[in-house]
Amino acid sequence: MTEPIISVRDLRREFVVRSPAGRLRRTRTVVAAVDGLSFDLEAGSAVGYIGANGAGKSTTIKMLTGILVPTAGTVRTCGLEPIRRRRELARQIGVVFGQRSQLWWDLPLRESFRTLAAIHRLPTASWPARRDELVERLDLGSFMDTPVRQLSLGQRIRGEIAAALLHSPPLLILDEPTIGLDVLSKERLRVFLAEQRALHGTTLLLTTHDMDDVQRLTERIIVVDHGRCVYDGTLTGLVARVGAERVMAVDLAEPVTSLGEISGTRTVAVESDGLRHRLAFAPERTTAGAILEALGRRAQVRDLAIEEPDIEDVVRRLYLSQTRTPRSPSP
Amino acid sequence: MRAYRVLLGSRMRSQTAYRRSFAFDILGSVGIGVVEFAEVYIIFTNVDVLGELDFAAAALLFALANVGFSVADMVVGHVDRLPAYLREGTLDAFLLRPLPVLAQLITSDISLRRLGRTGVATAVFAVALPLNDIVWTPATVTLVVVAPVTAAAIFAALFVCAAAIQFWLVEGGEFANAFTYGGAYASEYPASIYSLPMRLLFSFVVPAAFAAYLPLLVLLDLPGPAGLPQWLGWCTPLAAAVIWAVALAGWRAGLRHYTGAGS
Ligand SMILES: Nc1ncnc2c1ncn2[C@@H]1O[C@H](COP(=O)(O)OP(=O)(O)O)[C@@H](O)[C@H]1O
Ligand SMILES: [Mg+2]
Repeated sequence: MTEPIISVRDLRREFVVRSPAGRLRRTRTVVAAVDGLSFDLEAGSAVGYIGANGAGKSTTIKMLTGILVPTAGTVRTCGLEPIRRRRELARQIGVVFGQRSQLWWDLPLRESFRTLAAIHRLPTASWPARRDELVERLDLGSFMDTPVRQLSLGQRIRGEIAAALLHSPPLLILDEPTIGLDVLSKERLRVFLAEQRALHGTTLLLTTHDMDDVQRLTERIIVVDHGRCVYDGTLTGLVARVGAERVMAVDLAEPVTSLGEISGTRTVAVESDGLRHRLAFAPERTTAGAILEALGRRAQVRDLAIEEPDIEDVVRRLYLSQTRTPRSPSP
Repeated sequence: MRAYRVLLGSRMRSQTAYRRSFAFDILGSVGIGVVEFAEVYIIFTNVDVLGELDFAAAALLFALANVGFSVADMVVGHVDRLPAYLREGTLDAFLLRPLPVLAQLITSDISLRRLGRTGVATAVFAVALPLNDIVWTPATVTLVVVAPVTAAAIFAALFVCAAAIQFWLVEGGEFANAFTYGGAYASEYPASIYSLPMRLLFSFVVPAAFAAYLPLLVLLDLPGPAGLPQWLGWCTPLAAAVIWAVALAGWRAGLRHYTGAGS
């Protein structure tokens, strides 16, 4: 077996938070943002790193990329110790923080890419081809000469991702890349990322609040809570574990006040005077097909949509089940 | 090297892109230089000699100190805005690139408008040099050429020290300015007018006297005041090397503090 591209063991990071208490005294509290985390990432995999705000995701990423030193434990990224081999590591990873720009505000993307190519000492013979590939796939062509500060959020994020990938790193780390993006921009980004993985075998680690990102882009998720790993596995496994429900929204041809009992479902809402019904169901108890069949016997279905469980909801349920388990032994 | 050239090139282009506003920036900087020199001039309308120096010598002192400071301010002056770099995440972005962080910080900006002040100081230098009674030997010629460069190096190192301090004192901008701008101001006047403790402070802690006053003593063959013998003027490059060593050590410690190894 090859060496994992990221290897984290008993990782811990504390922050000292000082807050004024009275005129001269200050209280000093130590917060463990990351608290005993261990995981490995295989080269070529795609992993979603999720958790509530303040769970410790960004802190973990900063330790993986050489911005922060762990308080305890070890990190290896691309086989390197991040802080000690920072510059070497920088050549092998691409990192984007969705809420923080790494581009030059007053430069257009074209110049930023030229500067980055010089910084990474990319060969003059080959880097323009890579740039052109990124420009084409991320559709940057129409704003390559606009200063970054004048770009929309979606345009800027695409620019950031292109900048992070210009030196063709084998590992791409994205911290909330889709935050604040409109549906279309998100979609374009997902298509692009999936394509890069297929084309170049890029390993992907991403944090997100968007269930669709996780579903479309990753094959494994790690959930953190208060700096601890509370789940590591597939999304299906997680949904099954917390018993999260999907929701089927059906539009009917004729208004119906009640659809009656459909096995394995629960009516969440009846909208538009009975034209639209929303049924929640647990994926491990029934299937969308079975529900549809049952529905077809009672009413004429004109249209339907399936809403995936909300990630916040799944994580909340997971957190709840975590806090419950230690106290009440399972029957 | 190419990376830094490209980085600086883009900074310069963006500053000079708007010719008219750039011209006004330069004019403003010329104004600052002129006002500073006027201050020296006004003093000499009231006294003939200040700290053993006549007006011509004081003008030369002013010129040496100001060429050095304005060049340092132009090239590295922005580094003492470190808290803004920390707040905006720019420093994190530097950490994610395969270049030394300090080199990236220094090349992340260059204030070309400060050239106005350098211009004023250079003009004063050109006028004051022949007015002074200097014995020209290979040694003094070398000193005249080297002094502005070492002065710039000393002030640049002070800026880096000021930046390093702000890793710990995020609100320490004012405190750090005392070293850089304070040192620059102190270096424009003969160190002999300061009390002995101040004189020693601005020579051996903040080596501002090395930037201009001490080389000037050598050029004019003047005895130094108590605590500052003339031969120290020859030690200017050494002083620059020492303060840079301190600055780099401070910077490294500051960065380690930031990434958390030291806290
Ligand atoms: N520089 C810092 N100083 C003090 N506390 C911090 C710092 N950075 C993060 N924290 C704290 O650490 C915890 C984890 O933060 P973070 O890793 O940013 O969470 P996430 O990215 O999952 O939202 C939070 O409680 C946050 O307030
Ligand atoms: Mg975060």
